[in-house]
Amino acid sequence: MPETLVKLSNVTKSYYRDSLEIPVLTDIDLEISAGEFLALMGPSGSGKTTLLNLLAGIDRPTSGEVIVAGENIAKLNEGALAKWRSRHIGLVFQFYNLIPVLTAYENVELPLLLTDLSKKERRKHVETALSIVGLGDRMDHYPRQLSGGQEQRVAIARAIVSDPTLILADEPTGDLDKHSAEEIMTLLSRLNSEFKKTIIVVTHDPRAAEKAHIIRQLDKGELN
Amino acid sequence: MFVLKLIFRNALRHKLRTFLTILGLALAVMAFGLIRTFITAWYAGAEASAPDRLVTRSAVSIIFTLPLSYKEQIEKIEGVKDVTYALWFGGIYVDPKNFFAQFGVDHNTFFQVFPEYLVPPGQMEAFAGERKAVIVGRKLADRFGWKIGDHLTLIGTIYPGDWDFLIRGIYTGKEPSTDESSFFFRWDYVDETMRETMPGRAGQVGWYALRIDNPNRAAEILQKIDTRFDNSLAETLTETEKAFQMSFIQMSGTIIAGLQVISGLIIGVILLVLANTMAMSARERIPEYAFLKTIGFRPFHLIGLIGGESLFIAGLGGAIGLILLFLVSKPISLAISNFFPVFKIETITIILAICAAFLVGIVSALFPIARAVRMRIVDGLRVVE
Repeated sequence: MPETLVKLSNVTKSYYRDSLEIPVLTDIDLEISAGEFLALMGPSGSGKTTLLNLLAGIDRPTSGEVIVAGENIAKLNEGALAKWRSRHIGLVFQFYNLIPVLTAYENVELPLLLTDLSKKERRKHVETALSIVGLGDRMDHYPRQLSGGQEQRVAIARAIVSDPTLILADEPTGDLDKHSAEEIMTLLSRLNSEFKKTIIVVTHDPRAAEKAHIIRQLDKGELN
Repeated sequence: MFVLKLIFRNALRHKLRTFLTILGLALAVMAFGLIRTFITAWYAGAEASAPDRLVTRSAVSIIFTLPLSYKEQIEKIEGVKDVTYALWFGGIYVDPKNFFAQFGVDHNTFFQVFPEYLVPPGQMEAFAGERKAVIVGRKLADRFGWKIGDHLTLIGTIYPGDWDFLIRGIYTGKEPSTDESSFFFRWDYVDETMRETMPGRAGQVGWYALRIDNPNRAAEILQKIDTRFDNSLAETLTETEKAFQMSFIQMSGTIIAGLQVISGLIIGVILLVLANTMAMSARERIPEYAFLKTIGFRPFHLIGLIGGESLFIAGLGGAIGLILLFLVSKPISLAISNFFPVFKIETITIILAICAAFLVGIVSALFPIARAVRMRIVDGLRVVE
């Protein structure tokens, strides 16, 4: 029986515009086991990204518990949360969020700079991550010298370089052509099957979601 | 090391913008330094004043003369060591724009009271031995290509007529701040000519300069001198040499105040230039800062990145500005040497320029830092570049 890696209980999230409360997530209960590959789907504004942000510890619920890797992250202060994220979370974004003045190697090295690893150890990790995503020969290229698909692969290498507990991808194929999108989803699938990484992907693209083992639908802030 | 690399690369991300910002900073620092140097040059005469020297002039105005007979009476006042006198000649050399200061001086005493003007002994003897002799400053001689033995003529304005002179000496300054652009000739040359042509103007001096035995007694001695000539036809006003020089500077007080305001405004302008650049850069990089926060970068990392970049640009602009300042100060110094004999970049000016550049670097980074640090990660990630 695989262990439960993510457990959300009665999670609600509301935003406030002036005094007006805008509910985004309502009473969410969710359990995800280690090694799962889950796709969160739903129309725009359904709360997919908000849910992902709560799981990543970059946003806090209005109420409820968010337990990831055994830690109720809603109760951690900012400093502890930053440390927790660096240890447990690998994030992949729709627009890659690479630093344009850093090479692929340097971008992937970024998360390791806050660890105690030596330069030699960091190099080993970065080279491994880049070779997993098939960019071992593009380490010295800057983002502007790479295609969109390659940029996203660098972003994935950066997400896995510190061997996080959970990989969260927010519309990872949203800015890519069909062929590149297919490659990225295959890569994520491989990370899940080959490297046993737990992956949660937010997408509204059914083709992208096909690679996931579980598909959950969010609609108007409610999980179906 | 990584942070330094990222600071450097970030600074050069928009090369044209950074180049223009650095150029703006450099020009502003140079302008700031030049204005400060102008102000310093204005005060150079007063700063070079000797604390044991007093000046006695007409109580009515510097343009009124005093009788030569006062010399003996001043010498008798207790505490006075040496007394000399001088007059302002105001002649024209070839063209009015060739302005330089000309003084008729008592050849026996003037260089004792003003030992900062160094004249070789042989030249001093030649000066004393010839009525039309003149001793000129090294910079003045260089300016007009004069050498010892040259004859020259000044057209008198206060003392009418053509006045022939023979250069018998070239003095140098004891200190770097000593004026080397004056023209000292013998007072008795003017006096004897006046005696023949305008007897009513003979036996008059412009002012007395005197050395006292103890600078701490200056207040007491100057009061004694002025009391001595109370109710005479030519009442006196005695003051320290510094106060005397400052009275000339105060005539230009509004200009100096204006320059000081402008130098302050320049700092404000460079602050705005860099603040604008840093604000634009930080705004563009909000998603990057948000991402760095997601992977565990803390506020102090962002402070280092943004502040470091701002300081790097400000420091580079300041350094280039100082180099430019030194490069332009030499030709400017030569061009204005007749008005500002001592135009030298002071250490305090360099320190102020460096401090101004770094202050601008720090202040410019404050708003972008506050924005990046306070920004919620989710808000930052929502911004699309």
